[in-house]
Amino acid sequence: MKLPIFLDNHSTTPMDPRVLETMLPYFVEKFGNAASRNHAFGWAAEEAVEQARKQIAKLIKADPKEIVFTSGATESDNLAIKGVLEMYKEKGDHIITSSTEHRAVLDTVKSLEGKGKAAVTYLSVDKFGMVNPEDVRKAITEKTILISVMLANNEIGTINPVKEIGKIAKEKGILFHCDATQGVGKIPVDVQEMGIDLMSFSAHKIYGPKGVGALYVRKKNPRVRIASQMDGGGHERGMRSGTLPVPLIVGFGKACELCEQEMAKDTTRLIAMRDRLEASIMKALEESYLNGHPTNRLPGNLNISFAYVEGESLLMGMKDIALSSGSACTSATLEPSYVLRALGVGTELAHSSIRFGLGRFNTDDEIDYTIKKVIEIVTKLREMSPLYEMAKEGVDLKSVQWAAH
Amino acid sequence: MAYSDKVVDHFNNPRNMGSFKKDEEGVGTGMVGAPECGDVMKLQIKVQNDMIVDAKFKTFGCGSAIASSSLATEWLKGKTIEEAQKIKNTDIVQELNLPPVKIHCSVLAEDAIKAALADYQKKADGALVDAK
Repeated sequence: MKLPIFLDNHSTTPMDPRVLETMLPYFVEKFGNAASRNHAFGWAAEEAVEQARKQIAKLIKADPKEIVFTSGATESDNLAIKGVLEMYKEKGDHIITSSTEHRAVLDTVKSLEGKGKAAVTYLSVDKFGMVNPEDVRKAITEKTILISVMLANNEIGTINPVKEIGKIAKEKGILFHCDATQGVGKIPVDVQEMGIDLMSFSAHKIYGPKGVGALYVRKKNPRVRIASQMDGGGHERGMRSGTLPVPLIVGFGKACELCEQEMAKDTTRLIAMRDRLEASIMKALEESYLNGHPTNRLPGNLNISFAYVEGESLLMGMKDIALSSGSACTSATLEPSYVLRALGVGTELAHSSIRFGLGRFNTDDEIDYTIKKVIEIVTKLREMSPLYEMAKEGVDLKSVQWAAH
Repeated sequence: MAYSDKVVDHFNNPRNMGSFKKDEEGVGTGMVGAPECGDVMKLQIKVQNDMIVDAKFKTFGCGSAIASSSLATEWLKGKTIEEAQKIKNTDIVQELNLPPVKIHCSVLAEDAIKAALADYQKKADGALVDAK
């Protein structure tokens, strides 16, 4: 077993060596511009791009022509939301989204809201982090032009009832955008069945290269139109100009193909490892709380709050395991995770949360090591915690008058 | 963000971690911070003849908060009450090489020192009144 261990697969994933192998010829030998229509270099590049488009479309049950390449999911989210708002502004300016979306969605709608270009409804979620489809229905007004709800949450892994939301959107004739960055490649996605009109996702979350993503844009029933946000050579059917990064796209295609072929196998392995990690930790450490949905969540996700210890110190005590925390101290804002807060998790428990993100390349040995380390460090830090000491003495921490600073 | 070697050392080998009984003679206890803010420090001193003979801490917080309080106990030991009053958060920042986002940890440690000293003083004054 090699240290450090990477257990932060929601942030990014290591590239699958099979993906790299597929990409290599497209740097030096087949370097053509996919938009060069009149020579062999261009044709080879175009052929590779179209092959990737097919592989990507197949994974999400779309038509290859519905795939628009971008630089990543953040750009896809921006393009979808701003593009729809600009294209359909005569119809209205109301957007419905949820409070636990990724910041690529939240900051985009907030920026539009701030400029007076959109009115936004932020739906709250239940204690597991799920959006209630009926809340979506109730929030719809005559001015609603877009619903944007994520497939699976990046912190807690909770999977939203996207199919039900898609049905409501269709019923009301409103476009439905889904940020599926964490879901695509990990759980089955079918844009037809889920009634999705626009969908953002990216390659580096699914063992592909960084720097490339896609926006699915529905072509039929209805034909979705978006105003381009990047002007230039009119690539990607005018929706996103810019020379296509052929090697990245080839890698993205291969990554999708591998996910499609190996999803069942990966899922079984990940769930077994994740459940073992969860059960072992929970059994050994009292007052550890699972954040997110107990069953309806991503196979590789585990988010736990360890009462009385602070998240950043936990990470510091496990330097040889790459993890992430909802603690304020790990962010620039000094505010703990807004996702956990939206679930109703208390601020102090939000400060105490750790996100484990398991991926394709994690092994049982790594999980064993992690279990041991987590138990060790939580125990050590609780010994050091005045809160734990007080709780053990029977002091109700909520009744204490803290001198906030 | 990378931690300085000194922060890592205090975090891995905390000095004087633990507790005195609050009602023990000569013990002053300072508890500052709040769980909602992500850090709570408990700092205790044991005083004999105006001299801090021992100090202990317990901290809920990030590595820098733990290191700041651990360092504070080290510095307090052997100091007189008057000398202890002079410990500044900026001294802690400098010693531990804390980055700007972690300065509040040193402020908290200074507050904890002040609170422990004040608690000791209050108890000592009380004892004096009782004796009269």
